[in-house]
Amino acid sequence: MADGILVKDLNAWFGDHHVLHDIGIAMAPKAVTALIGPSGCGKSTFIRCLNRMHEVVPGARVTGGVRVEGQDVYAPGVDPVQIRRKIGMVFQKPNPFPTMSVFDNVVVGLRLGGMRERAVLHEAAERALRQAALWDEVKDALGKSGVSLSGGQQQRLCIARALAVEPEVLLMDEPCSALDPIATAKIEELILELRSTLTIVIVTHNMQQAARVSEATGFFLLGELVEFGVTRQLFTNPRDKRTEDYITGRFG
Amino acid sequence: MTPAARRGINIVMSGVAALAAALVVLPLLVIFGFLLWQGASAVNVDFFLHLPKPVGEAGGGMANAIVGTLILVVLAAALGLPLGIFGGLYLAESRDRRLPWLARFVADVLNGVPSIVIGIFAYTVIVLPMKRFSALAGGFALAVIMLPIVVRTSEEMVRLVPSSMREAALALGIPEWKVLLRVVLPTARAGIITGVMVAIARVAGETAPLLFTAFGNRFWHQGLDQPIAALPLQIFAYAIAPYDDWHRQAWAGALTLIGLVFVVSLAARVVTSGRFTGVR
Repeated sequence: MADGILVKDLNAWFGDHHVLHDIGIAMAPKAVTALIGPSGCGKSTFIRCLNRMHEVVPGARVTGGVRVEGQDVYAPGVDPVQIRRKIGMVFQKPNPFPTMSVFDNVVVGLRLGGMRERAVLHEAAERALRQAALWDEVKDALGKSGVSLSGGQQQRLCIARALAVEPEVLLMDEPCSALDPIATAKIEELILELRSTLTIVIVTHNMQQAARVSEATGFFLLGELVEFGVTRQLFTNPRDKRTEDYITGRFG
Repeated sequence: MTPAARRGINIVMSGVAALAAALVVLPLLVIFGFLLWQGASAVNVDFFLHLPKPVGEAGGGMANAIVGTLILVVLAAALGLPLGIFGGLYLAESRDRRLPWLARFVADVLNGVPSIVIGIFAYTVIVLPMKRFSALAGGFALAVIMLPIVVRTSEEMVRLVPSSMREAALALGIPEWKVLLRVVLPTARAGIITGVMVAIARVAGETAPLLFTAFGNRFWHQGLDQPIAALPLQIFAYAIAPYDDWHRQAWAGALTLIGLVFVVSLAARVVTSGRFTGVR
């Protein structure tokens, strides 16, 4: 199987600190995979290894293999810029660019990728904003500052920004942890819609959220992937004692 | 401590802080008021449009010096700003340790070098080889004075851009150099402009480094390779001259200099506040 995300023997370090140990995982294409685990367990580091964002941090190092939709992400000669175009990312805190309008935020990836035709940019902006379920709310305010939107809108703007470059994979690093329940529900709805066209990996601290949106779930603990399987099974009938302790709240 | 005593201390300390704030503003207000009082009478249309009259004749103006100062500042900015802003960007973004450390140290030392020394430096490297005083030499001296201010403020402002901005841009598959030029620098723009304005205001009033570089000129400027008039030089020359009329004109020149800096700062603010600004 070439599609999806295939990770083999992945190890990651920050300086001398070994944060991920021999991670192996196969995530299905056009599906949602959730990653859960306590803070500091390496979930975020793991997804940052998938689009080569881990190495952006000074002193950070990765070994092992990652194949995303058939491409070897860490093959010699592979340009991380090209990898990141194929693999979009949404961060914990909404981070629209403060100097740009709503429109400019959405098309920034295309524009700085060299696209100058206005018609193409407009079409892409509308498509991405519709996909992110934000179009109806901002279609009359495309010239307003991106940071003038509400927190939930800002996060959907960031999702639209990531979708505008038409990635094959979307990585979401606790995308709802800074949002209220209503905005969270909107993002979850969005994830369920997007999964027919994209491979999605979502890191979350909210186990109900993982259960609601994902087909498969992985449980991380202290830099190791303890258990990975079908979401329902992992939550109702975990194989590992540590998983059971965590999901029942008997941990730490 | 009783609530009454606490309230009392609160009132006293608030008063002391307010007084300190008022005293900070006072010198500028007094200077400005004094300039208005002494210089306003000599400010008229002639002052802005005419050349200085020959010694002994009344009237005339400092138009050449006003234009000269503008030319010198533009020259200094053209030389100093690109270097300073990109240098600051490098200092803020580089993962290397030694070069930024050295550059920062040198910039701080340069910032403390007396401006007359920088004038001598410009005299040695530009005036002597060219065998004449020139606008170029003056602009160069002013650029050297601007450089450390612009480098360090640009560096600080670029540092203030949250790393989440960089990460968001990198994760979109934007190459790093474009992330820096098109995302990080614009986000830091408002702060960098403030630093640039401080630097321009500083050099617009410099006299010492111009004494033996720009040299001064009683006529309109005649090319960048020729001596050029500057407001601070003209003020200096007129202030130590034995004529009352010249003294009045020196005051008017000082008033003009302050007005010029004020207008330039204001214009820069207005021009750049049109778009959304990032870090302030």
